[in-house]
Amino acid sequence: MDEIVVDRIRCDGHGLCAELLPERISLDDWGFPIVKRGPVPDHLVEVARRAVDICPVLALHLARSG
Amino acid sequence: MELIGPVTESLATHRQRLGPLSALSSGELIAELESSGLLGRGGAGFPVGRKWRTVAERSSGRAVVLANGAEGEPLSHKDRSLMAARPHLVIDGALLGARAVGADDIIFYIGIEHPAADAAIRHALAERSADIRGRAQIVSAPAGYVSGEESAAVHFVNAGDARPTMTPPRPFDRGVAGRPTLVQNVESLALAALIARRGHGWYKDTGRASGIGLLTASGAVRHPGVQEIGFGSTLGDVVAAAGGLRGDSHAVLLGGYFGGWADVEEQWGLPLEPRSMRSRGLVFGCGVVHFLAADSCGVEATARVLAYLTSQSARQCGPCVFGLSAIAAATQRLATRSPQADDLDRIVRWGGQLVGRGACHHPDGAAGLLRSALDLFADDFAQHQRRRCVTVSRPERVAVA
Repeated sequence: MDEIVVDRIRCDGHGLCAELLPERISLDDWGFPIVKRGPVPDHLVEVARRAVDICPVLALHLARSG
Repeated sequence: MELIGPVTESLATHRQRLGPLSALSSGELIAELESSGLLGRGGAGFPVGRKWRTVAERSSGRAVVLANGAEGEPLSHKDRSLMAARPHLVIDGALLGARAVGADDIIFYIGIEHPAADAAIRHALAERSADIRGRAQIVSAPAGYVSGEESAAVHFVNAGDARPTMTPPRPFDRGVAGRPTLVQNVESLALAALIARRGHGWYKDTGRASGIGLLTASGAVRHPGVQEIGFGSTLGDVVAAAGGLRGDSHAVLLGGYFGGWADVEEQWGLPLEPRSMRSRGLVFGCGVVHFLAADSCGVEATARVLAYLTSQSARQCGPCVFGLSAIAAATQRLATRSPQADDLDRIVRWGGQLVGRGACHHPDGAAGLLRSALDLFADDFAQHQRRRCVTVSRPERVAVA
């Protein structure tokens, strides 16, 4: 099972990830992602991969959880 | 006193007191530490034996030991006092750490603002053999709260930049020069040296609750300073050893700026010991015990701490740069009783969002501190939102003035 991990140093708060995957990612008042903990459910893995690809600063990753 | 004293101990006195360095093997050392239950004293309280084992497993004889004496915590003085008084005990701990994990190189990372500690370690190394001197070096840690964070320490040694890095890789996997690195607080090393010499049974039998440690008492006590305690000593014992309270105090900051506020009366009998404190939601951390004077406002004190933590952010991660500084600014407005309409609601919400959203634990530490303040000073915060302060409007204050 994969979990969404943000490289907080890279992340610039573009917010594309939250637009694509609102089920798992919301934004704080400054546009930085708040990611739900835990593994991404199967039906969202494909979208999560797209969110990883679309991040302009490559700050998003899918990592093996547990 | 095992860890502190009025003068710098020479090599001769150190040897006379404790005998030669323990001859235990790597495996024996790690087993002793694991049996002792010793927890790290840098603040996070990670089990020391497990850390040594983790580095040893990855080492292949090429690990590095980084003895962490940066001590950037503003209210803590115990590491610099230890290094200044017992430099050889710290060096022994580092040598044993090196033996246990399979390291050739030892780095003493000492806060640039701690000249007495630096001089003592430097002088102590000069008293040691050429072999030991050749393996050891002193690196001055830049001033700042995060300089002592373990990935920041490694980053500074590698690249001259004392800002934390994203983990993984953690220092035990890839640290100084890319080699597995044991980053260990100097007090933890000193205690490890004592345990190696006397066995884990000695450590478990010291104190009422097993173990000894250093703490720094400050604030509204008559004689602030570093104390060595047997674990299980109470908050009241610490006050007594510090000559009693100066005036009255209702709130105590435990564990430093990453710790939390607690009620003095409620916790007067609290046994100071990392594990039992953790089970009560409190933090022993690096041993800061700071009493807030009864006529000082908890909201103001919290605003000062948050402003400091904001100023000490490495400014790398959005939630810390924007979130923490917004929390500090709103708390400051509350402290000065000039809040915006929903400042209190906002710091509650923002504080909840900080946790786990930085490369290092800086935002988590600040969030914990804020949470404890909102809990203990709940009435004060509510009054400040209404532009009133309970502390400064207490009748006895007016009478005294």
